[in-house]
Amino acid sequence: MHDLAPMTPLGATTPRRDTIGAITIAENPGVALASVAARRGQSTACTTALAEWLGAPAPGVAEHTGNDMAAFWLGPDMWMLEAPFTTHETMVHDLAQRLQGLASVTEQTDAWARFDLSGDGLDNMLAQLTNLDLATLPKRFARRTVMEHIGCYLLRRDTGYSVYGPRSSAASLHHALCLAAGAL
Amino acid sequence: MRLPSGGQIDRSKTLRFTFDGAHYRGHPGDTLASALLANGVRLMGRSFKYHRPRGPIAAGSEEPNALVTLGRGGRQDPNTRATVAELFDGLEARSQNAWPSLRFDAMAINDGLSPFLTAGFYYKTFMWPAAFWEKLYEPVIRRAAGLGAISTDPDPDSYDKGFLHCDLLVIGAGPSGLMAALTAARGGARVILADEDFTPGGRLNASAEHIDGQHATEWAAEVLAELSTLPNVRILPRTTVFGAFDHGIYGAVERVSDHLPQPEPGKPRQTLWRIYSKRAVLCAGALERPIAFADNDRPGIMLAGALAAYAHRWAVSPASRVAIFTNNDSGHTTARDLLALGVDVRAVIDTRADAPKLDGAEVIAGGQITGTRGRLGLSAVQITRTDGRRYWLEVGALGVSGGWNPNVALSCHQRGRPVWQDDIAGFVPGGNPPVGMTVAGAAAGQFGTHAALSNGAAQALAALGDLGIPAPKPDLPKAEDAPYRITPFWHVGSTKRAWLDFQNDVTVKDVKLAHQEGFRSVEHLKRYTTLGMATDQGKTSNLGGLAVMAELTGQSIEATGTTIFRPPYTPVAMGALAGRSTGADFKPTRKTPSHVWASEQGATFVEVGQWLRAQYFPQSGETHWRQTVDREVNATRTGVGICDVTTLGKIDVQGADAAAFLNRIYCNAFAKLAVGRVRYGLMLREDGIAMDDGTAARLAEDHFVVTTTTANAVPVYRHMEFARQCLWPDMDVQLISTTEAWAQVAIAGPKSRELLERIVDPAHDLSNDAFPFMGCADITVCGGLRARLFRISFSGELAYELAVPTRYGDALMRRLMDKGADLGVTPYGTEALGVMRIEKGHAAGNELNGTTTARNLGLGRMVSTKKDSIGAVLSRREGLTQEDGLELVGLRAVNPQSQIPAGAHILEPGAETIAANDLGYATSACYSPTLGSYIALAFVKAGSTRMGARLRAASPLTGVDVPVEIVSPHFVDPEGERLRA
Repeated sequence: MHDLAPMTPLGATTPRRDTIGAITIAENPGVALASVAARRGQSTACTTALAEWLGAPAPGVAEHTGNDMAAFWLGPDMWMLEAPFTTHETMVHDLAQRLQGLASVTEQTDAWARFDLSGDGLDNMLAQLTNLDLATLPKRFARRTVMEHIGCYLLRRDTGYSVYGPRSSAASLHHALCLAAGAL
Repeated sequence: MRLPSGGQIDRSKTLRFTFDGAHYRGHPGDTLASALLANGVRLMGRSFKYHRPRGPIAAGSEEPNALVTLGRGGRQDPNTRATVAELFDGLEARSQNAWPSLRFDAMAINDGLSPFLTAGFYYKTFMWPAAFWEKLYEPVIRRAAGLGAISTDPDPDSYDKGFLHCDLLVIGAGPSGLMAALTAARGGARVILADEDFTPGGRLNASAEHIDGQHATEWAAEVLAELSTLPNVRILPRTTVFGAFDHGIYGAVERVSDHLPQPEPGKPRQTLWRIYSKRAVLCAGALERPIAFADNDRPGIMLAGALAAYAHRWAVSPASRVAIFTNNDSGHTTARDLLALGVDVRAVIDTRADAPKLDGAEVIAGGQITGTRGRLGLSAVQITRTDGRRYWLEVGALGVSGGWNPNVALSCHQRGRPVWQDDIAGFVPGGNPPVGMTVAGAAAGQFGTHAALSNGAAQALAALGDLGIPAPKPDLPKAEDAPYRITPFWHVGSTKRAWLDFQNDVTVKDVKLAHQEGFRSVEHLKRYTTLGMATDQGKTSNLGGLAVMAELTGQSIEATGTTIFRPPYTPVAMGALAGRSTGADFKPTRKTPSHVWASEQGATFVEVGQWLRAQYFPQSGETHWRQTVDREVNATRTGVGICDVTTLGKIDVQGADAAAFLNRIYCNAFAKLAVGRVRYGLMLREDGIAMDDGTAARLAEDHFVVTTTTANAVPVYRHMEFARQCLWPDMDVQLISTTEAWAQVAIAGPKSRELLERIVDPAHDLSNDAFPFMGCADITVCGGLRARLFRISFSGELAYELAVPTRYGDALMRRLMDKGADLGVTPYGTEALGVMRIEKGHAAGNELNGTTTARNLGLGRMVSTKKDSIGAVLSRREGLTQEDGLELVGLRAVNPQSQIPAGAHILEPGAETIAANDLGYATSACYSPTLGSYIALAFVKAGSTRMGARLRAASPLTGVDVPVEIVSPHFVDPEGERLRA
């Protein structure tokens, strides 16, 4: 085991958690991420293999599927896989072997800062940040969007929303989320 | 004065406020204007040009006169219309454009000089000398004539932005808007109802009418109450829809906190909403227009509908005795309403010979107002009857109605032109409103209440029908359509000044002058006279001006036409447009993995795009940044330095065709690069110009990591995606950015291997043989952490770049500092990085400047002729391959202590400093602590043939002219022995 201490995207040793009014914004570094892009001509095989790994169908356009092991759609034949960090920090190697010849797998864990939003009034809060029409989107979705000039993925889960923003911009994104929650 | 009863005000509560320092009281529900009028204050401002005393003429956002400044310091808000400023306890208002006081304004001398200050006065008078305009004339004129002033203090409030979506946007909550919203809401559509007022209801709040047997205001309140319970409806009071933009998108400003002394903690002052609508119904009502007559601008002379509004909604009359001057039936309705509310209406002067009779007040049919009296407020009006009799009538207020203009503005925001409708003598929306918009109610020329209700419902049903939303036809509430007969009458002939545009002091005479001088098109008329400009955009004045011009040209008003309507409908604070993007939050900031650590070291940061990078790390005793940078360079070149280089772009390239793909992207060969090796690569644009440079490391047969410059990380990724998706979709290649996934640290200097060996796990052999220059490998560090190691060098020293997952980047820096303490490990920033790359002659952004070729960069031979790649063919264009083309060289100051300015142009000694003698230009310059001299990189014509030549680096802009010697751009270790050590 190596002995380097991890730092959260917001630059601390423990994840940040803010409760503003009825909304909680929680930094979540506890997720491992890997992108999976089907090799040319392997779309169907890759989708099938992905479904096996997920225990759920591979997500279609703007969808996300799965639970502990989950995935969301990034683009044609391309997905982002989510798994618990503690158990799957190095999942990219296992996935690469599992999907050998079917897909290109790339570690994305630390490319993103994730903030989980929960509480009441989330749609009103997000109306200040994204031009997505949340009321018309399916119960669960994953969409690319821009929040305060930052390119993000917005996922709606059973418990609320997750926002993935570029890790380097975590502080700016967090600031925007907090302002939006406070303005309600 | 306040009427004894009535009004939508809460008389049980008192609000205290000040105007020009004097203390007054009002009630919740008041506007500043209604509260001042209730306190007997009619004088609220001075006019723009002549400094004439002015009071409000309207009761809404169209107000041109009663502009005041609210608040102080950073919250000072100039040009606020007193007619829409919601009263709160402690409100502080001040008049504008008056000195020393509103009652005695020294600049009113302009009024006496009015014969000299006609339209076009500035253009004619201040022609000469031209240089005086900006420095003298304009400042003097601006001081004399103007509106309120901004404070230069920072705005302490925050502003928000957001996005709303709906099936139907209803703009305006008068009778048609309420009915449209109700119809659509009951049909289940998603509805947004926006109204600029704090009490929605529109004209229903200013009328004695009944709907379904109850007072109109009660009906409005009931509808609003129902709408507010529906989950598919969002009511936005205090929200002005100010613009109709493309694709059904509307801009709206919600004044969230303007009715409070200051916003609640965390709350914005205003929110700018972008409303995405599938359909919109414009229910903006109609605006009354005045009639021009001599001295028609005294405080107390108002629009008749405004008199009615003040009386009904706020229980206020500006005076106890009033008269009405009208050309249409609505003036009579107002008179009747005022009489019923106990106001003494002395006369109704109706320009129509066939004016109807009225119980309780004399109607002077065919009469006109031919003059007024009262220095700071109206005291009497002169009436001229049809038989020529003239006399004065003592009144403190006069309600004027020249008819009503449908409020077409938003229907014309996409260059739609309104059309003339004779029976109302006004323009109505034409057949080309913004896509998805329909117009209902008074805005569509349907002036009766019943007509508005029915029209609102019909337009909502039609919109829902379009969207395929079935909605039940509503039972229309019972309401009356008051008669509206009008005989157009625009101005009373007079030799005195009769105002058309109160805000810009434009009179009938000014329009006549414009006509006389040939400015007859409406757009010319506007610009010559300023009619319809400034904060009110001529809401009450435009048609009057057009009518006078039409009369002069003999054309119809319709043929004369209107000027273009543009957003915003009412002024929008710059803060609202900026939203949260102000100050430090103007744009997002990107921080490197070592940001926290670098801050602890006291690093100075520099903005590189959105990134904040450590520029240098000052130590105690260093008083100048050069000392710091020289130390960092020397420490690296003699020992070991470390630098966070995470910001360089990293693109993961995988797939069976990855190598073939890169072979086409880069101009140099990549197909045969061995696994475990890195190669320097140059990308060209399609036109043959250099795009970016970097490295590509082959981690496996089908896996590369491409690095880019920091600035081009995104453009290169985009370029590669374009090539992958559009140029060669048949290739098996997958791309994704991994810039942020890995913290990458450069470890450079002769002791870098020694330092690295202390953290790289022993299984990995770092010896020169096992891991030579341009090697790469997946390794582990610090007891098993996955990492990537590249033996590449920007500094020219033995150097590596080590990447670990970003979350461990901070710890890695600390570990390197710790493990290298005895080696003198030194962190260095972008400044030392830049110095070392200049010393080594490596091109960077300054050299890859969008105009230079591989040949210019001295890399011409890299463009392979054995394969095709993007830009290769066009890089061989005749114009790019001249013998005397620019070539990258080094410059060394002849006097080592003479600074060479970057950007300086290269000239022969003795040559005149003119473009014709230009031999090239310096791109990057620095002091080289290694050479003890100022040096630079430069593009010089046929530079490689000029080695040893003495030339000049001249910067005429800064007055610097330095003798330089042309040398190889590789100042340090030109043979590359160090980096291979």
